[in-house]
Amino acid sequence: MKRKVSSYNCKESEVTDETLFINRRSIIKQLGILGSSPFITNSSIAKSQDQKTNNQPNVRQLLSYKRDVIGTDELTSENKAISHNNFYEFGSQKHQPAELSRDFKVKPWTLSVNEGDRSINLSYDDLLDMFDLEERIYRLRCVEAWSMVIPWIGFPLSKLIEKLNPSSEAKWVRFQTIYKPSQMPGQRNYFLGGGIDYPYVEGLRLDEAMHPLTILAVGLYGKTLPPQNGAPVRLVVPWKYGFKSIKSIVDINLVSKKPRTTWNLLASNEYGFYANVNPEVDHPRWSQAYERRITSGGIFNQKRIKTLPFNGYADEVAHLYKGMNLKKNY
Amino acid sequence: MNYKLKQSDIIFVKTCIHILLLYFLVNPFYLAIIDELGGDPVKAITHHTGMGALNLLLITLAISPFAAWSKIKKINKFRRLLGLYAFAYALSHVLCFLLFEVQFDILFFIEEVVLRPYISIGMVAFLIILSLALSSTNYARIKMGNLWQKLHNLIYLAAILVAIHFFWSVKLNVVEPIIYGTVLMILLIIRRRKLGGIRR
Repeated sequence: MKRKVSSYNCKESEVTDETLFINRRSIIKQLGILGSSPFITNSSIAKSQDQKTNNQPNVRQLLSYKRDVIGTDELTSENKAISHNNFYEFGSQKHQPAELSRDFKVKPWTLSVNEGDRSINLSYDDLLDMFDLEERIYRLRCVEAWSMVIPWIGFPLSKLIEKLNPSSEAKWVRFQTIYKPSQMPGQRNYFLGGGIDYPYVEGLRLDEAMHPLTILAVGLYGKTLPPQNGAPVRLVVPWKYGFKSIKSIVDINLVSKKPRTTWNLLASNEYGFYANVNPEVDHPRWSQAYERRITSGGIFNQKRIKTLPFNGYADEVAHLYKGMNLKKNY
Repeated sequence: MNYKLKQSDIIFVKTCIHILLLYFLVNPFYLAIIDELGGDPVKAITHHTGMGALNLLLITLAISPFAAWSKIKKINKFRRLLGLYAFAYALSHVLCFLLFEVQFDILFFIEEVVLRPYISIGMVAFLIILSLALSSTNYARIKMGNLWQKLHNLIYLAAILVAIHFFWSVKLNVVEPIIYGTVLMILLIIRRRKLGGIRR
């Protein structure tokens, strides 16, 4: 159980330079090599220092972006948003991703956006530089009936897809999370990873992907994403349950057939392809009529609120599903 | 091994049980109140009390076989205490759901209990454990006569229901529920003669 050292009133990470703190394991490893090996050449020292400066993936970098208008929803505290995560690649319990993702490296990164053999590849720097970044304060509704309000930073997915200039064949978009068992303990350990058949795959209809509310996020709370929130790039579709917003994406394919998606394959009666937030369609095991909004505060400071159709974004997105039976296409 | 527990030993062990189990019940509530129990303190405290109840239920069921095996009969003296703590944890679990998860929306609470099979069987198990706790006094035992044993044999049904409730409640990770289910099965197999007797 983690507890704050209240008598000092500051966290370990605040005292230590964050880079040193986060890279402490690899630094200790390097010290070990340097300390024990008698065959050190200048170049090997230089190399290890080089790695140290180039390889600081988990330090959250400040971003410059256009601010969003502050709405009426109270923001979730940053601390909660980055410590309470569903990211089974780093363990299926909510506190695990923050703890088990420390060795995850986001540099170098390649995000490939493709249709057939046409593709655009984005490097880590491209993700941050290619488009103007903007803040989007969105409600995030988890299928487990809790929710948060998070200030994401990113760009509309449509801008990226437009760059590829999709053909008329492209009807669906398939997203895939990185497969890296060496850095993702949930992918190499069946019990930790919940028995999911990795890599994680999600999908959207093309018009959903092109909707202005749909973004690729590279940051939250003013800084780049930490690994547990899907660094370096993740999808955010605010009117759908959280599991649709796939994390740490390496592949975006424009395809002609509806892609098969991870949770839908695992339990199609519980997790539909569309997964639009809908208070009228219950999860088989629990109601979706209400949600507990996680902002900050203990058990006596909880906000239980009514869940809204399309998570409150009905005005913007309901037209996408006109004439569709939402009870069937949950 | 023929170890005899003295009265002072029993009092000592009982005191330890009280301190330990009260600490593990009260401390998480304290942490949940001051928001030091992770991102979602409601889920954490509900899960903690539920798991505590299940663990204590299994420990309670393990007492008499252990006493028989170790030939220290007086270990049975701890059974009622542990059973009552299982009830206390189960009560906290139900109250967490009622007070913090559905925030005293009684109608919604009843709806959930009726509509969701895994909650329904959990509630049946809780009502059994409640009735066992209420009838746990020596006075009730004497007053109820034969009926008392019949009622208290329902503990086995309650344990099975709780194990199913746990299995049903998880999203994907069925490993833990399966381990608990296996332990329960072993505890029931040990009692196969007695359980056969109940049916007849």
